[in-house]
Order: sequence, then C-alpha cells, then structure tokens
Amino acid sequence: MSTGYIWIIILILGVGTYLIRFSFLGLIGGRDLPEWVLRHLRYTAVAVLPGLVAPLVLWPTATAGEIDPARLSAALVTFGVGLLTRNVIAAILAGGGTLFAMIAITGAY
Amino acid sequence: MAEATQKSYYWTGFRAGVPFVLVVVPFGLLFGVVATEAGFTSLQTMAFSSVVFAGAAQFAALQLMVDNAPMAIVIATALAVNLRMAMYSASLSLWLGDAPLWKRALIAYVNVDQSYAVSINKYEDEPQMVLSDRTAFFFGAVTPVCPLWIVATGLGIWLGDGIPDWMALDFAVPICFLAIIAPMMRTMAHMVAAVTSIVVALLLAGLPFNLGLLVAAVLAMVVGAQVELWTVRRAKA
Repeated sequence: MSTGYIWIIILILGVGTYLIRFSFLGLIGGRDLPEWVLRHLRYTAVAVLPGLVAPLVLWPTATAGEIDPARLSAALVTFGVGLLTRNVIAAILAGGGTLFAMIAITGAY
Repeated sequence: MAEATQKSYYWTGFRAGVPFVLVVVPFGLLFGVVATEAGFTSLQTMAFSSVVFAGAAQFAALQLMVDNAPMAIVIATALAVNLRMAMYSASLSLWLGDAPLWKRALIAYVNVDQSYAVSINKYEDEPQMVLSDRTAFFFGAVTPVCPLWIVATGLGIWLGDGIPDWMALDFAVPICFLAIIAPMMRTMAHMVAAVTSIVVALLLAGLPFNLGLLVAAVLAMVVGAQVELWTVRRAKA
C-alpha cells in the first residue's frame, strides 16, 4: 500500500461521506424526495455488508481460503445471537467467545 | 426559560446516547489495531477515523485496501456502505431542515447510526418539541459517542502490535459486521436483500477488482425494494 493510495482514499472518502450526510439536510430537503428513492436507500446497509462479510467467513485469509470450523461457528453464533437479542454487544461477545473456545479446542488459528 | 429547556433536552439526549459508548469504544479500538496491523501510520489511522468518521465504511475500505483493490473500487464500495446516511439525512431534514446552515453542517458531520436512531425516535415520540429542543437533543446524543470514536482509535493504535496471533484478529471485522447486520433484519424485505447480497457476492467472487460486491449490493437493494412493495400490496389486498 503506497502512501498516496492511502491518503487519496481517506480524502475522497471523507469528502464523499460528508456530502452524503449533508445532502438532504443541507441542500435538497427531504420533503420532496420521491418514495421510490427512499425505498431503495432503506436497503443499502443490508445490501452491502452481508456480501462483504460472506467471503471472509467462508474463505478466511488466515487459513489461505480453507473453510475453518472455528471462524465459521463464531460467525453463525454472532449472527444468531444478534438476531435473537437485537443486541450488538451481546452478539460480539458471544461470537468472540465461540471463536476463542474453538481455537482452544482445535488448537488451530 | 427557553435556555433552561434546551439545556435539559441536551442532557436527555446525552443520557440516550450513553449506552452506545459500549459499541463505539470496542469498534474504534479495533479499527486502530487493524489499520496499524495493515501498515497505516498513526497519522493516517487517526485521519481516517476523524475525516471519514464512519466505522462500517472504514472497515470495508480497509479490507479492500489490504486486498490491493483498485482505488475506484475501494471508494465506490465504502461510499455504498454509507449511502444509508442519505436516507438518515433525508428523514432528519424533515425535523431539522429549518435550523441555521452552520448547525445543519455540523449535524451532518456527526450524524452516525446511533445518533440518528435515538433522535428520530425522540422526535416522533414528542412532536411538540421545538426546533431548538430538537437540535439540543441531537447534539446531546452525539456528545458521549463521537469524540470517543477518535479517542478509541488512538488507543487501538497504541495497543497495535501487542495483540498475539491466537486472538485471531483477522476475524474481529467479520464478527463486528455480523453483529451490526443481525439486528437490521427487521422485515422479510431486509432478510431477502441480505440473502441476495450474500449469494450474488459469493457467486461473483471471481470477478476482477472486487466488482462482484458492487453488483451484489445494487441487486440486493433492488430486490429489497421490490419485496417491500410486494409485501405492502399483499397486506392491502
């Protein structure tokens, strides 16, 4: 990773993210926003994040892309606890606990 | 008199924001550690957290940068993660759109998932609040959370390489994301969108420049919106 690569990304992401946040609040006003646009925007987070995580869970770089029982079970427990409790902290703790327990049992990381 | 109520709304907001410290501190700490591990300098890591100021997008960008993805892909994907904030901005503008420009500019900078969620809930519960009460509440809610995001990043840099291999730090990011995603599964439409995103991203994982994820995201958004329409129509019928 070159220094230029890192700084340009930080700068453009900073400006871009700010413009997204400022958009309707600052310039356009949400009153006139068509319903179909809002309907798509509602799903941006659930459309991006699961697709980003799925390959990391199934093919972790730490095991050179091999399916890893410790990481896979930790992922399932995190998601399951998150679904049931709707509590981010509880899900992280349960998932982390599972990961370490599995690593302790299998001895592999 | 007005000043007294504003003060109390500030503190009501503050109390509403306090629980999120538990999310923001570990998340920021982790970002500091992971970015340092990836080869960022302290200055770059601190700049990332304070300029971009959006945890999920920062982790997404970092992950792609470690994979040596092209700059345009990193930027497009991370901004896609942040597109939900356009929705926050639109719905906040209904309540805060008449505030002075400098206040709206500041609100935009610190508008994160948590502050948005508690503020909108409050505005909808108490529609009689006046504009200055609403902005006071909003700034109260972000006070315990936002500065700590940057402090926690700094702590993470300081911890840096002190973390042993058996802690499997590589997997901290997926766990954080999964913990954030799970509570978002509020409706059938959210679930179908998430499944679409996963399936398409896995199928297209071989595409160059991590383009598969962008395609998956666009498709999943459209599918989510369509399922929502379908559910609404069916409920009416």
